[in-house]
Amino acid sequence: MDAQAIIDSLSPLVPGASFEAAPSVDFATVYVPAEQVVATCQALRDSLGFEVLAEVTCADYLPRAPRYEVVYHLLSVSKRLRLRLKVRVAADGTLATVQGVYPSAGWLEREVWDMFGIVFDGHNDLRRLLMPEDWEGHPQRKDYPVQIQKAAQTYAPLEVSQEQFQANLVRDRVTRTH
Amino acid sequence: MSDIRTETMTVNMGPQHPSTHGVLRLVLELDGEVIQSVIPTIGYLHTGIEKTAEQKKWQQVIPLVERMDYLAAQSNSLAYALSVEKLLGLEMPQRVKDIRVLIAELQRIASHLIWIGTHGLEIGAVSMLFYAVRERELLLNINELIAGFRFFPSYIRIGGLREDLPRGFHAQVQEFLDRFPAKIDEFEGLLTKNDMYRRRTEGVGFITKEHAYAWGLVGPIARAGGSDYDVRKYFPYSGYETYDFKVPIATEGDVYARYRVRVAEMRESLKIAKQALDRISPTGVFACNDTRVVPPPKDKVYSEMEALIQHFLIYSQGFTVPAGEAYVPVEGPRGEHGCYIVSDGTNRPWRVKMRAPSFMAIQALPTVVQGGLIADVVAVIGSTDVVMGDCDR
Repeated sequence: MDAQAIIDSLSPLVPGASFEAAPSVDFATVYVPAEQVVATCQALRDSLGFEVLAEVTCADYLPRAPRYEVVYHLLSVSKRLRLRLKVRVAADGTLATVQGVYPSAGWLEREVWDMFGIVFDGHNDLRRLLMPEDWEGHPQRKDYPVQIQKAAQTYAPLEVSQEQFQANLVRDRVTRTH
Repeated sequence: MSDIRTETMTVNMGPQHPSTHGVLRLVLELDGEVIQSVIPTIGYLHTGIEKTAEQKKWQQVIPLVERMDYLAAQSNSLAYALSVEKLLGLEMPQRVKDIRVLIAELQRIASHLIWIGTHGLEIGAVSMLFYAVRERELLLNINELIAGFRFFPSYIRIGGLREDLPRGFHAQVQEFLDRFPAKIDEFEGLLTKNDMYRRRTEGVGFITKEHAYAWGLVGPIARAGGSDYDVRKYFPYSGYETYDFKVPIATEGDVYARYRVRVAEMRESLKIAKQALDRISPTGVFACNDTRVVPPPKDKVYSEMEALIQHFLIYSQGFTVPAGEAYVPVEGPRGEHGCYIVSDGTNRPWRVKMRAPSFMAIQALPTVVQGGLIADVVAVIGSTDVVMGDCDR
């Protein structure tokens, strides 16, 4: 089933949504409008047999706008199918949680918030998951330095001045060659 | 008696508790011995591997991802290498595929051995660990033989393998394959009909197929609950469709069922490994013939200018990968290991994300142990076979 076939069977189930097929090398990939994510997942699970949400992750495409793409990897065991949903999210954008459809989204979305700072509306437990509770910033963002050079403090929250932050950024810059 | 004041007790388990497989912290709320709620806290082993990978060249990421799930190192690197090869559009020679299958199955056995040892140790069958680790030593010796490194061999590379198989490889693997079936019988003799082991594990920690799917658990945990999903059968990679093997299934969904599924998996892995070993010739191709990715042979580097240039290009600048994204799942010992990579067309990955089966298993843990007894928590954690390095990455 390619992306267009999935869009054709999905469109009647989610009225008013404009899906968009994306090029891919492995399996079908569909762009979903941010406000239709929950309805789309509901339709995919209940009508098209995608029982498993295998993965939710995100990629930061700084300086492009919209900045983030949240990626959902769905799996249908009964139909031997895989599907990738992608949602474009602006730098200050939020997204509705799909916890109600797939309970497994709970920690996956929490990790995306922890690492990228994308807020999932309606999430029941949006706290730090991998980083310590008093951590500042969202480390997987592209404008976050790789290493913050600062003496270790075990009791106070991490504070980095704007100058230190910028200096770290310059120091860590790697050359990307085409 | 009804006017006696009762209250629940909060117990902190971990992060240094020996039965939490690393550093997992559980805050348990107990009513007597019955668990009211569980709050897992993870992240103690978070090392930012995914962030680090974005700074490295494509081929430098292999040793990094191997350190995620440190008991199934080559399952990580296989997933990563297959994803990058998917983006590059590379097709491996048959011999490379067969060697990768053999390595992946030996890795599965090694991981299951640690699991059976620690799981037995935690619920009272202490000697299990010694039996299991003794056999794993032989597998680590094989790793040492092929790569000089026992835990993280980095033998699987983008575009093939690091080098050809060493002399004596076939004999050493064959010796293990001949010896191991009797050892599985020995393990089963120690546990399968052991009355104490069965009392600790039967009827404990139920995970049905539907429960597993809802919480994203695919792998041995779901297969113990009646699912037949196995990436090797459903989405074959590296030539698994040409091997003859069965996917072990149980239907009970309790800790004992997961034990039986994993033991049966070791037997199936042996079958696959035997078939793979028969197909592999002692010497032959060990990489694809794409000069963008695979360094030229050393004798050419010393004698031909073009080869020397190519060698330096790969080791200094690295190679570029076409822009795009790929996700290739493999069946790791703990379930579906997948690697999602994004490339911006340069010599460094834009994003690397591992799907971690242990992460999903710990997320689902509260729904499994709530309402059960505190003594069963250890049995359930052991049976889900979590590795904190995999979970926290």
